[in-house]
Amino acid sequence: MINNLYIMFPEIFLSLSIFFILMLGVFIKKSFNLIFNLTSLIIIITISIILTNPNNEERIFLESFIRDPFSNYFKILILLSTLFVLNSSKNFIIDNKLDKFEYPVIILLSILGMFFMVSSNDLILFYLGLELQSLSLYILASIDRDNLRSTESGVKYFVLSALSSGLLLYGCSLLYGFTGSTNFELIADQLNKDNTGAVFAMVFILVGLAFKVSAVPFHMWTPDVYEGAPTSITSFFAVVPKVAGLALLIKFMFVPFSNILLEWQTIIIFISIASMILGAIAAMIQKNFKRLLAYSSIGHIGYALAGVATGAITGYKSAIVYISIYVIMNIGAFSCLYLLKKDGQYKENISDLSGISKKNPLIAISLLIILFSLAGVPPLGGFFAKFYVFVAVLEKEMYALAIIGLITTVMSAFYYLKIIKTIYFDDSIITFEPTKNRTAQFSVIASCTILITFFLYPSILNNLVNTLFVS
Amino acid sequence: MNFPILSTLIFLPLVSSFFILLSKDKTKNVSSISISLFSSVATFFLSLFLWYSLDINTSEFQFVEEKSWINNYIKFKLGVDGISILFIVLTTFITPICIISCINSVKVRVKEFLIAILILETFMIGVFCSLDLVIFYLFFEAGLIPMFLIIGVWGGPKRVYSAFKFFLFTLLGSVLMLVAIIVIYWITGTTDITQIYEIQIPKEYQNILWLAFLSSFAVKMPMWPVHTWLPDAHVEAPTAGSVILAAILLKMAGYGFLRFSIPMFPIASEYFTPLIYTLSIIAIIYTSLVALMQDDMKKLIAYSSVAHMGYVTLGIFTLTKQGIEGSIYQMISHGLISAALFLCVGVVYDRLHSRMISTYGGLVNYIPKYSFLFLIFALAALGLPGTSGFLGEFLVLAGTFQKSFLAAMLATFGVVLGAAYMLWLTKRVIFGVTNNSEIKKINDINKSEVVMLVTLAFFILFFGFYPLPLMETFNVSVNSLINNYETALITN
Repeated sequence: MINNLYIMFPEIFLSLSIFFILMLGVFIKKSFNLIFNLTSLIIIITISIILTNPNNEERIFLESFIRDPFSNYFKILILLSTLFVLNSSKNFIIDNKLDKFEYPVIILLSILGMFFMVSSNDLILFYLGLELQSLSLYILASIDRDNLRSTESGVKYFVLSALSSGLLLYGCSLLYGFTGSTNFELIADQLNKDNTGAVFAMVFILVGLAFKVSAVPFHMWTPDVYEGAPTSITSFFAVVPKVAGLALLIKFMFVPFSNILLEWQTIIIFISIASMILGAIAAMIQKNFKRLLAYSSIGHIGYALAGVATGAITGYKSAIVYISIYVIMNIGAFSCLYLLKKDGQYKENISDLSGISKKNPLIAISLLIILFSLAGVPPLGGFFAKFYVFVAVLEKEMYALAIIGLITTVMSAFYYLKIIKTIYFDDSIITFEPTKNRTAQFSVIASCTILITFFLYPSILNNLVNTLFVS
Repeated sequence: MNFPILSTLIFLPLVSSFFILLSKDKTKNVSSISISLFSSVATFFLSLFLWYSLDINTSEFQFVEEKSWINNYIKFKLGVDGISILFIVLTTFITPICIISCINSVKVRVKEFLIAILILETFMIGVFCSLDLVIFYLFFEAGLIPMFLIIGVWGGPKRVYSAFKFFLFTLLGSVLMLVAIIVIYWITGTTDITQIYEIQIPKEYQNILWLAFLSSFAVKMPMWPVHTWLPDAHVEAPTAGSVILAAILLKMAGYGFLRFSIPMFPIASEYFTPLIYTLSIIAIIYTSLVALMQDDMKKLIAYSSVAHMGYVTLGIFTLTKQGIEGSIYQMISHGLISAALFLCVGVVYDRLHSRMISTYGGLVNYIPKYSFLFLIFALAALGLPGTSGFLGEFLVLAGTFQKSFLAAMLATFGVVLGAAYMLWLTKRVIFGVTNNSEIKKINDINKSEVVMLVTLAFFILFFGFYPLPLMETFNVSVNSLINNYETALITN
């Protein structure tokens, strides 16, 4: 067994480096900058390890850990998005005195948890990964511990998430009880429709996962946590755990529950429709940009779940493409928030954006592109994300889901247009300071460039994702 | 021909908008205006060259460009035939005029305005060139972004409401078309329309798909009862925005009926003819009556546009040679006439900042050149023989009489109403008594305005007396359209 440890080389490297930088942080004073830069370096090295290692499917530890193209794709997506999220928020972290050395270390720990989640082929490993990720996220949400809102959001997230983890664990034990195994493939062999207990277990597991991706009706924590947590944490929350959560949902549908797909599908269709509708309606009345992005992310998860709900490989692929483009758009949107600084304060109300097109035309045009893309207007990247999902949904002749999805697209266009209206049509109130935040600017520009030029070669992500489901 | 002339045509304005973005001029935006003017005129000549080199004796698509696009199964396919070339030329002809018009009327953020217009031009040419449903949808929808900004940023006092209404109405209409496009893809396995023409879409799907396309085109056209966004959008949009909206954006829907609805769903097109007749007749008569009662000039012209588009839909769905040819002619001529009328309103609006009819009166005594041109355009709008407006309406009515006497009767009544509101408008604005002392100080049209208006007047009269260049271009394509439609009906 030991001689094929290379299979989990990225995870081993990541854990060792986490301990290393933790020690550095303990012994060196004022080490935030050093640790922060080391973290970026670690992320880059991990990416290169994953890319250089072979990509074929291999298992280790009694088949509980699996390395395949699917998990590698998600690992790289998680790492890349963390890299951008972290670096674009560096100035924000320092300005808000969040520059404790634990910050990047905890982020790396949560990534390690996600790595185990997407690579797990076993209920126990899956649960451990999930808990490692969640525990790190609780701390991150309340990292600004002198701030009432941040602490509140941390506690809120902790209580609700612990409840969902409990349900999830209950589901896992039920599943073990009814199938006699914790291995995903063995579970799949044991499961069929007559196994009512296992269907119960499936519901509990689904609740837990839906909570992690903040799908309706398990979304309650999202707006409060997004608003309360510091923006740098919110952007991490909005992007990275969603990717891991969606990967798990797909994995569960694909492997352990593939025989009871129909039961599982009905629930996901409901969750998807509910998320799309709630995301569209609730966002209309928001005044805080972060809160609005929270509701918008609920809606977007609804669209990704619509792809998952098809229960077909084309659907899963479209969901993966969707989440990838979602990541690009959200990194861009949050990075814009780091550029809106006035008297040392970062502004996060929509009304603060009023008329910035006159004084800060570049931020304005970037937000314009990102928001239209979030709304799914062609020819921007967001349109293609939706397009692929609806192609997959209509292949399965799920017309109602497609039409509801498209109508909520129009409804959600309304609130994105409202922000654009504030930016472009209203008179300017605040003159923002010219920022020197090069990394955030780079993230914004990179995100906009990808979104604009996506139509030139729209199948680039599809070609990547196609290789994930060869088996 | 290996040179990708259509792609060049589409992306030339887009590329030049980048140059405008990079250009730096603090004073008067001379370089932005000259770059955009130069590129739009170049695009116009390129499209003229395209028209000149188009073989009008075949209904085949020409200058076809094909590139693999999405996973090799949706292709980026462009091509033109006798029908679409005219719309392309109309687009490239109107755009430079819009750019000239902003010299006088746009005062703030000129650079951004020009960029928006050029990007819009790219999308509009793209709509008329695309031979693939997904590409068509892409360009069709993408045009919303620049138009939304044009109305919202440079518009009048109620611009926010109008811009939102415009965007959301059109988007809501179009999403159903997107569903239909994907369903067509799953039925036929392609979105390439030349291939879809050959595969008959099954009967049971045709009606529902046709309605999905209608929901999009009806909003864009606009047909009664979803026309309500148009008067708002027109009134609040800046002059150039109104011109593009009336002259080109409205034509996308008519073009869409000809290119997609009829050839792809012939059975449904026949089945729903009475519906279209009814909606068109209501549009013609009802909106003409509404136009009579307007006191805002732009609103009046906007309602008259709805009425004129009523003739277009009526003509298209007569599915006779005269009807369809008349509709295309009507669309081109309305593109010129409505553009001219909106420019005329813009001219006086720039001087007195009022669109109300009551502000004006007796203009002929103070600005005779303007009044003379206005009169030409007003008469063209009501379809006076000798102007291009007459021929379109005449052919549409000739086509309608073959199919439905009642519809034709009612539509003819609409012509009378059209004359009533146009003449009454002219009487109140150009002639009549001057009550407003400011009118006495008003300046007559300046050089750039003369260039725009005289060019438009020339073409309106030219095509009124000599319609052959247009007729010849689309003749063969229309014939094959009707032949295919009829064979499709017989085989079913």
